[in-house]
Amino acid sequence: MRLREGEINKMQFVFWFAVWFLVGVVGYWPGVTQNLADFLGIDRGIDSVVYVSIVILFYLVYRAYVKIERLEQDITKVVREEAINEFSSKNAKD
Amino acid sequence: MPPRASPLPFQSLNAIIYAHFMPINKSKICVVIPAYNEGGAIGNVLLSLKKDGYKNIIVVDDGSHDNTYSTANAFDIKVIRHNLNRGLGGALGTGIEMAIRTSEEGTIIVTFDADGQHAVSDIEKVALPIYQKKADVVIGSRLKNRTGMPWYRVLMNIFGNIATYTLFRIWCSDTQSGLRAFSLESSKKLHIRSNRMEVSSEIIREIKRLDLKMIEVPIKAIYTDYSLSKGQSLFTGIKTFFRLLLHRLMH
Repeated sequence: MRLREGEINKMQFVFWFAVWFLVGVVGYWPGVTQNLADFLGIDRGIDSVVYVSIVILFYLVYRAYVKIERLEQDITKVVREEAINEFSSKNAKD
Repeated sequence: MPPRASPLPFQSLNAIIYAHFMPINKSKICVVIPAYNEGGAIGNVLLSLKKDGYKNIIVVDDGSHDNTYSTANAFDIKVIRHNLNRGLGGALGTGIEMAIRTSEEGTIIVTFDADGQHAVSDIEKVALPIYQKKADVVIGSRLKNRTGMPWYRVLMNIFGNIATYTLFRIWCSDTQSGLRAFSLESSKKLHIRSNRMEVSSEIIREIKRLDLKMIEVPIKAIYTDYSLSKGQSLFTGIKTFFRLLLHRLMH
């Protein structure tokens, strides 16, 4: 629905759809987490979900940080240009 | 052995000889002063600069709330104002950009602190090796002459040096120094992206990346209660380190 409204783009839609799908799968069939746990060599099924989630969260936070840093740099570029322009126009006046 | 920034031998004698027989033309030195809420100190700093004959000065007011801008504007110098606070790196970038735009060939760009920590007489000291074409960048080092520097500052500075070396593979004895000199050509090549205090280390990194010749010169640090209160806390230092790490990963 939100995809149609253009609120989130296609990539995000796929991502969140996948998230909800996985939540549904695990909710309906908790046993599947045991497969993942055995594969990774962890004792309990739900533990593996927690560990994997943490790794994913770390990655998302890193991406967020990078985005913020780029934003800061962009803001500085705008502020700098504004400051220099203001200075030039003030000096041009007299 | 890692590349080491080496000091000139017989530096002081060299400086004295030049000062007396071939003084640098002060109009060829562009002093860039980033300032944030330094209304109290910047007046005195600008007065001493003016007394010493420096006319080519650019003050960058980084969105101060106090009278920094009006104080600086009272002097016959260039004052630029950021409408938002961007941090030391942002202000330096603007100052150097402005210096590049308004400087003619052969100008030496010197960054200087607004809080009164630097001695005006040290400007010539850092500008000299560039004037003599012996270096592209000169960094004034307070650690070569530690008298008066509080022990916790020395320690933090050393940590900063170690961090800079670990991340960027170049050793500098005072990476956090605000007194630096650049030739006009070197300034044009510098690509300053940092916004806040990590800019000092980023400049070192740029020097390494661009393979510029860097020399360190001992300078005085004037520690008054005022300038001490303006320094970095340990928390800021840690944040700065992580920001540097992020930069290293990003670029």
